Amino acid sequence: MANDILIEIKNLSMYFPITKGIIRQQKIAEVKAVDGVNFFIRKGETLGLVGESGCGKTTLGRCLLQLIRPTSGEVYFEGVDLCTMASDHLRSIRQRMQIIFQDPFDSLDPRMTAGEIVAEPLRVHTRIRGRELREKIAELLKIVGLDPSMTERYPHQFSGGQRQRLGIARALAIRPSFIVCDEPISALDVSIQAQIINLLEDLQGEFDLTYLFIAHDLSVVRHISHRVAVMYLGKIVEVANRDALYRVAKHPYTIALLSAVPIPDPIVEASRERIILRGEIPSPIALPPGCNFHPRCPIGVEICQKEIPSLREIEEGHWVACHLA
Amino acid sequence: MSLLQVRDLKTYFYTDAGVVRAVDGVSYDLKEGETLGLVGESGCGKSVSALSILRLIANPPGKIVGGEIFFEGKDLLKISEKEIRNIRGNHIAMIFQEPMTSLNPVLTIGLQIGEALELHRNMNKKEAREEILRLLRMVGIPDPERRIGDYPHQFSGGMRQRVMIAMALSCNPKLLIADEPTTAVDVTIQAQLLEVVKELTSRLGTAVMLITHNLGVVARHVNRMAVMYAGRIIEQGPAAEVYAHPWHPYTIGLLASVPRLDKPRKERLVPIDGQPPNLILLPPGCSFMPRCSYRMEICSKERPELRPVGDGHFTACWANMER
Amino acid sequence: MGEMNEKSEKRERGPVWDVFRRLSKRITAMMGLVIVVVFLLSALFAPLLAPHDPYEHSLADKLATPSWDYPLGRDELGRCILSRIIYGARISLLIGLIVISIGIFVGVPIGVVSAYFGGKVDFIVQRFVDTMLAFPGILLALLLIAMLGVGLHNVMIAVGISTIPIYARLARSSVLAIKSRQFVEAARSIGSSHLRIILQHLIPNSLSPIIVQSTLHMATAILWAAGLGFLGLGVSPPTAEWGAMLNGGRLYIRVAYHVATFPGLMIFVTVLGFNLLGDGLRDALDPRLKT
Repeated sequence: MANDILIEIKNLSMYFPITKGIIRQQKIAEVKAVDGVNFFIRKGETLGLVGESGCGKTTLGRCLLQLIRPTSGEVYFEGVDLCTMASDHLRSIRQRMQIIFQDPFDSLDPRMTAGEIVAEPLRVHTRIRGRELREKIAELLKIVGLDPSMTERYPHQFSGGQRQRLGIARALAIRPSFIVCDEPISALDVSIQAQIINLLEDLQGEFDLTYLFIAHDLSVVRHISHRVAVMYLGKIVEVANRDALYRVAKHPYTIALLSAVPIPDPIVEASRERIILRGEIPSPIALPPGCNFHPRCPIGVEICQKEIPSLREIEEGHWVACHLA
Repeated sequence: MSLLQVRDLKTYFYTDAGVVRAVDGVSYDLKEGETLGLVGESGCGKSVSALSILRLIANPPGKIVGGEIFFEGKDLLKISEKEIRNIRGNHIAMIFQEPMTSLNPVLTIGLQIGEALELHRNMNKKEAREEILRLLRMVGIPDPERRIGDYPHQFSGGMRQRVMIAMALSCNPKLLIADEPTTAVDVTIQAQLLEVVKELTSRLGTAVMLITHNLGVVARHVNRMAVMYAGRIIEQGPAAEVYAHPWHPYTIGLLASVPRLDKPRKERLVPIDGQPPNLILLPPGCSFMPRCSYRMEICSKERPELRPVGDGHFTACWANMER
Repeated sequence: MGEMNEKSEKRERGPVWDVFRRLSKRITAMMGLVIVVVFLLSALFAPLLAPHDPYEHSLADKLATPSWDYPLGRDELGRCILSRIIYGARISLLIGLIVISIGIFVGVPIGVVSAYFGGKVDFIVQRFVDTMLAFPGILLALLLIAMLGVGLHNVMIAVGISTIPIYARLARSSVLAIKSRQFVEAARSIGSSHLRIILQHLIPNSLSPIIVQSTLHMATAILWAAGLGFLGLGVSPPTAEWGAMLNGGRLYIRVAYHVATFPGLMIFVTVLGFNLLGDGLRDALDPRLKT
């Protein structure tokens, strides 16, 4: 494939065993959190990954960074497979790939000051210390829009948005080329979300970053992504360029998701047709046979109950996993 | 006559760090059968103002320090503890963001719904069972005969919220307060739940107070809305009017800052600057002033009161917006 | 906004001051703190505070009742009880510190490693800790004394060892809670080593319950030492130690109440002080109260 690809994952699966007993563990079932996923991310692009809670999008992000070692499959970062890499080796790769977490309250150590938090990656990976380190911290805080005079403060003295900026500064400290943004704005107040989105976009331009942007909010994903992947029960059901996906979504799940997004305008809402999906997401322990989505699908036919649809490219750059697409 | 009249409600929390003026002089009305949206960000006082109606504020640290809440002509802040208990659940019901915390994990859902029925509607066991089944069917829980004996953890998040709705509506309340009922569930489930609430309350003629931070949710489901900021209502009016002609810079900012699926994609979002207010150290004058791009001299000195700017449309802002 | 930030900056002065501010709002905790401070001062400055030499005896004045010169009277050998109590505080403090140090320095690493690595390591370590916990503490102490011989040091080691499983349990449970928090995952994503994660993130964040426990243990350790001293298994005779003093005065309780009463009262007040402070700290260090 073209060499502008930064990350490529092939057949990635993560099954969590459900076990019984402590000494002799018996596997009684498996949660297929991620099940045979393939996609790639180009250099400098943002791939949006959307799906509802429990669809495996967060696990997928963790597997990509090898924070969880996947059950099977390959993750190529600049052509090197991370899944077969030893832990020691991985530690140095971590300089190149970082993560921004969802919860700005939980992701910062409450006993460390802002400066110590941002300095941690530099202490782990570089020999920068003393005055140079302090200058570097001040610079990082400025980059994310925080006042360097806040260095000595503790996380609880910051607001949610400021804390998220700290998390971004920490991720940025060792100049990674790839960042997994795991729902970075969903825990923030509405009036703050746009600030963080704009910051992420600015940083992408300035530092030539590649993002995997995980979210459940489709309108935000449309705003920030170049391409979008939709996930349902551990599988990718549709991948396409942003405009193609939002204009002509092909998978019935994507279509339903889009129609469920509330629009802040009573006049538009009044004339809008909604597809209300039946039922709820099945348990990932007992997946239905055939297409995962068929029990809720408004257009399902017989084949959907028997055969698992594969992800096919139906138009250039537009992949869909649906028998009827 | 209005079903609910809240007048100059003030609820403060006395903490180690200082006095938090969570609700600081809030007034609104709710007519019978009407749906009011109470919108605002976390900490703006929207939930506290709703909990104050049922006097469910933990004391200490919280205290309702002033105001009146008339429900069917009675001031809920003056009646006895016994009377308010009769109002709760029976006349005013409430559903919360996280249904798991409001359901007792060791009792079957049948027992929990039945409790309210036996308490407030004097039904016997058999009548109650029939009624529970009817309610569960009504909120769209499949196979209610089997599920009546299930425990809360055996339901998914969306189904639990349906159980809560069934429980809330079991006594035919006049008013249903829904506090972020869909924040903890996914978009597809959110759409289902809101349709259930809308359909049932309009059929039963229940007034609804929908508390949310999601402007989209309000747009589809409410007649009137009130926007709160730092403990006060800063704009209120008919939903269509507020969305079409937002007046307060905060409302304008909120509407402009969220990306919209029905509009072409913007190159850049327009955020509201600054940080959410610190309720202990509010500036004198208008609380939104530090973040406002329309601020004038008077804003830092005098606090604006709500004033009419259109048909039933009020705002608390000194600026005269160009229309 | 700038103005507001400045104001809040003045209010916040780091976590230690924060805890003290919260502690100062509770009367019982402050009483505990005062008692503990008095106890610590008398232990540290015993030679300056004691009116007499605690070992100087005068059989002629034995069991003398409290007087201007000897405010708490004299014991069965005519020694100044007040001075002996003040010196006794040193022994109690020393015992407490050593016992707690053994507990913390051995127990906490066991608990942290067990929780952090989990799985089989955790299982084996925890069964070992269970066994130790199931063993009656007093029996363990007596067993060790029987093995190592009577003496203050052995008492301290014995009591110290018996507290190890308690600290191991405590550290384990708080690390288990902290381990799943995102900042630990963040540290892993940065590429931090296990050692760094343990030292930088897990231990500092699990300290609160350990501080509370060690304050409460100070009280227990003082009681234990007094108890063993009372049984004659602690310090050797002339040393001023509260338990031994209590034992010495016990025989004369009908004729000279003060000989046994004052050491007993001291044990009571000091133990109470540490318990009050410990309870207060538990509340003040509770992260849920953070605003």
